[in-house]
Amino acid sequence: MKLLSLRSVLEKPMVIEEISLSEMQVELGEPLVQMRGIVKIFPGVVANDNVDFDLYAGEVHALLGENGAGKTTLMNILFGLYSPDEGEIYVAGKKVEIRSPRDAIRYGIGMVHQHFKLIPTLTVAENIALSLANAPAINPSKHLVEEIERYSKRYGLEVDPSAYVWQLSVGERQRVEILKALMGGARALILDEPTTVLTPDERDELFKTLRRMADEGCGIVLITHKLEEALSVCDRITVMRNGRVVATVRPNEVVAADLAKMMVGRDVLLNYEKPPSEIGEVVLRVEGLRVLGDRGLVSVDGVSFDIRSGEVFGIAGVAGNGQSELVEAIVGLRKVESGRVEILGRDVTNQPTSRVLGLGVAYIPEHRIERGIAPDLSVVENLILKSYRNPPFSGRLAMNTDYVREWGKRLVEEYEVVTPSIDAPVKLLSGGNIQRVIIAREFSQEPKLIIASHPTYGLDVAATEYVRKKLLEQRRRGAAILLVSEDLEELLALSDRIAVMYRGRFVGVLEADEITLDRIRVMMAGEEEAS
Amino acid sequence: MEKKEAPPKWMEVLVPLVSVASALLIAGFFLALQGIPPLELYSKMLAGSFASYHGISYTIVKTIPLLLCGAGLVLAFKANIWNIGAEGQLLMGAVAATWVALYAMPSAPSYLVIPAMFAFGFIAGALWGLVPGYLKSKLAVNEIITTLMMNYIAIKLVEYLIYGPWRGEEEWGFPITDKFPEAAWLPRIPGTSVHIPTLILALLSAALVYLLLYKTKVGYEARVYGSNPEAARYAGISSEKVILLVMAISGGLAGLAGVGEVAGIHRRLRYPWSISCGYGFAAIIVAFLARLNPLAAIISAIFLGGLFVGGDAVQMAFGLPVGVVNMFNGLMLLCLVSGEFALKYRVRVK
Amino acid sequence: MFEDVAISLKIAVEAGTPILLASLGEIYAERSGVLNLGVEGMMMLGAVVGFATTLTTKNPILGVLLASLVAALLSLVHAFACVSLKANQVVSGLALTMLGVGISGVLGRQFVGSPLPVRVAEASIPGLSDIPLIGKALFSHDPFVYLSYALVVILWFVLYKTKLGIEIRAVGEDPSAADAAGVNVALVQYGCVALGGALAGLGGAYLSVVYTPAWIENMTAGRGWIAIALVIFAMWDPLRAVIGAYLFGGLEALQFRLQQALFFGYRIPVTLLGSLPYIATIAVLVFASSEAVRKRIGAPSALGKPYFREERVF
Repeated sequence: MKLLSLRSVLEKPMVIEEISLSEMQVELGEPLVQMRGIVKIFPGVVANDNVDFDLYAGEVHALLGENGAGKTTLMNILFGLYSPDEGEIYVAGKKVEIRSPRDAIRYGIGMVHQHFKLIPTLTVAENIALSLANAPAINPSKHLVEEIERYSKRYGLEVDPSAYVWQLSVGERQRVEILKALMGGARALILDEPTTVLTPDERDELFKTLRRMADEGCGIVLITHKLEEALSVCDRITVMRNGRVVATVRPNEVVAADLAKMMVGRDVLLNYEKPPSEIGEVVLRVEGLRVLGDRGLVSVDGVSFDIRSGEVFGIAGVAGNGQSELVEAIVGLRKVESGRVEILGRDVTNQPTSRVLGLGVAYIPEHRIERGIAPDLSVVENLILKSYRNPPFSGRLAMNTDYVREWGKRLVEEYEVVTPSIDAPVKLLSGGNIQRVIIAREFSQEPKLIIASHPTYGLDVAATEYVRKKLLEQRRRGAAILLVSEDLEELLALSDRIAVMYRGRFVGVLEADEITLDRIRVMMAGEEEAS
Repeated sequence: MEKKEAPPKWMEVLVPLVSVASALLIAGFFLALQGIPPLELYSKMLAGSFASYHGISYTIVKTIPLLLCGAGLVLAFKANIWNIGAEGQLLMGAVAATWVALYAMPSAPSYLVIPAMFAFGFIAGALWGLVPGYLKSKLAVNEIITTLMMNYIAIKLVEYLIYGPWRGEEEWGFPITDKFPEAAWLPRIPGTSVHIPTLILALLSAALVYLLLYKTKVGYEARVYGSNPEAARYAGISSEKVILLVMAISGGLAGLAGVGEVAGIHRRLRYPWSISCGYGFAAIIVAFLARLNPLAAIISAIFLGGLFVGGDAVQMAFGLPVGVVNMFNGLMLLCLVSGEFALKYRVRVK
Repeated sequence: MFEDVAISLKIAVEAGTPILLASLGEIYAERSGVLNLGVEGMMMLGAVVGFATTLTTKNPILGVLLASLVAALLSLVHAFACVSLKANQVVSGLALTMLGVGISGVLGRQFVGSPLPVRVAEASIPGLSDIPLIGKALFSHDPFVYLSYALVVILWFVLYKTKLGIEIRAVGEDPSAADAAGVNVALVQYGCVALGGALAGLGGAYLSVVYTPAWIENMTAGRGWIAIALVIFAMWDPLRAVIGAYLFGGLEALQFRLQQALFFGYRIPVTLLGSLPYIATIAVLVFASSEAVRKRIGAPSALGKPYFREERVF
């Protein structure tokens, strides 16, 4: 281990050559950015393995791959968020070192992250001022209003500059992010999975804006895992798998099936057999539920539904439409204002979480690290989080350590958790293995009701497949499953019925034979179907 | 710079040692600037604290309160509850013991008055800890500042008692209480000031905290809460129960230390700084030097005890003020907490 | 009676000034996401350095300046540990207090009991100081009190109305977002912690050079901790810090009065009165905590959490 030099600690900006894409003459079709031989290793994972990538002026370039393929890592490197272990980056043909987003912005590279980098407690104008190196020092938000409005008009990005970000819808927040990049002089713009959170109309608007920007000489990178997006709006497509580039192609050279094969590396796409299961008694009944969000506003507004055993009930919707609050209210982590929650015929409205979970409810929380585990405790100690209270795990006062360890060992094997030992702190495990620990804990007790919030979010392909397989196993066993997800393909693959949530209400509930991707998309925008 | 995987065991031992050594080095540098030869000073400290029977016995005397407070703080910090109030809790234990010895049962025999002092001392310390505990659990009031404020209030209370209602009648107006009746004197190892019952309690406290944390349900709950309160809530662990229990035990243990100081050493209540020369704060270092391992706290308490004794020795020899020990404590804690970096991150300079 | 009230208010302002200065500094540190529990230590160091410099140079301005500088340097130790080495901010802050208190004890021993050769004169503001009650209470003070007024306004303005202020608030709310916006997170945090140190040092020096004026061991007597509590009470807003600081100043003024007062023929013992500010601090915290819950206002979201750019979150 070498000594830490003060400079690297203080991270003083390097004196960099004045190259900026916004001022340079890069003709349409010439490279704005070139990445060569990029390698990035995270503990235990090679996220990028000798990757080359080019972005030309005037193109929309899809970076296609499954979750965990290394797309976002590569772009985070280009944007200076991660430093590569190896490799070179050229901007307008000149070799550069991008040590921080500050450098990237100066070179004319902008990025719209999947999880927006906006400060909710600041206004739109303040957020934009924050990102502009040349914003006036005093009263910047006031001075910027006019310019923001000018850019808004030019690119069709409507937004109120004086609104607080926490008041904005997801689509509006994305517009702020794009405005930020454009006003910062970005000529190479990276968008990370920009459409997952958008309604169909918003999505079409976005693509129009991107096309306009490309025509004006920008280069756009569209990180996505959706084939149809890559094929329909992009000029070139680079496919990544397991940290490597598989190929770069033009949309007219390939068909969807080719791309799918390149992404997954085998012929079969995720294809779950969903055998008919026996639908039994009502396990969860929710009636007229009304719940407040963190800011005291109504988030769940009169929602009712039943889930029967052997059934997967999916909830679709753009994030922030009350799904999280609904789930938290059901498991007793959030107060119910009015309405009723019944599990197996028992009223559990506003009961403590331990009582609810004690009725045989498994909960896979949305934020698995924040809520699902005690990171400093060992794997085995996390496995008993729900059951430690009862015999044979413990007696009146003392823990039954021998039994706990025996049991933990068995579970680690059964659920194929990859860990150095059952005593290793769970925080050292990868995301997929942390999720396995949680699933092992929750499913090992044969739950009657499973509440799964975004159970595969951020997991790699193998882990995702594993989680989905386990959910279907539980369905076959006769558990009732509430599945909240933003991943429509996941919902389609697993659910027997799907409800679409918008502004705290169910816009509609689709039965198995009515479910199509497009109908859900339309409903996610809040439009009830005229039927 | 990047996150590291699990550090090997030897690193976990080495890093605290290196941290202490760095603190010694930095302090030595400043001492040298002041014209004090650091090596000579450190060897005098070592000689004063560990080289003679007399020195060792004094080191043990100082170890007792440090270990009692330190074991309690290990428990609190494991639960991520920042009890910075051991100093005040110790003083309240001393007050309770004084009340028992001088006012409640002044003529009781040893076998009654000594257990009573410890019992009331524990209760008083626990209650003093429960005030911030209650405020934290019910009203989400930050415990760092409230426990600290409780220290100041305890100091003022002791001052009030020794200047006011409890001022001794035979003491020519000095702000101290009368001497305890002999029945309330804790038995010592002959020829030393090592008070035996408290020494046993101190060693037991480390073992008990270990058992509590790793072998019982409440200990498990406390660790889950300390690692992630959200996960604890989800698992149905009552944060109120954890906070109150942890504050009561760690306060109570500090209270026991206070009983030992007044009944074992001074045999009266006196000026707060004389009862505890910052044991409650030094115990924070005991806990962190032990990396929150209750059994390792025995060793770190002995080390800090030696530091106090050695500090006393060199203060006289080199004419140094009391602040030196405080200064060194601060340096050591800073080096310790910075040393964690080496366990968590790997640095590469390109 | 009227005159009495005016004098009490004047004392309240003066007694509140060191706490106000330290609070303002801590507000900035915490707004940038760094909790610094070393305020007590930095104040104490400021007090001793300010006193020693004033004593030897007979120049109180130089004394106060040097005190700020030295305390700021001490705070950089905390910044280095917490920002660069990602150390636990609570522990590092406590260590800083021990260190500051320790150093001040060592340095200050030779000054105990020394009288200060110079006094900082009062400078009433012509016109304003003639306003009844308020004039006496607010506008007939030493220049440092006026400096504190100016600082309140400037620091409020910078925080809410400038680019720098937006950057500071952004870093404290979400350092990764601020980073992505091109803000140098570490630099902002170092700067805010150093400002916090400088103001704590200034507060300490005010205590030893102007307010008391003398060097007494442990003379800050918990004011640093009170200042930290006030940051919560002030909801991290420099303007609101004024109210809290003068409230505590008022309490100190009240203490002097109560010492003379008789209650049912009894005098309240000085020692018990001395615990009043500490009890009040707890009360203020209870009030602030319940208000924060009611209004859903919280600390800067990233307060106390070290920022590590390449941390992978799931």
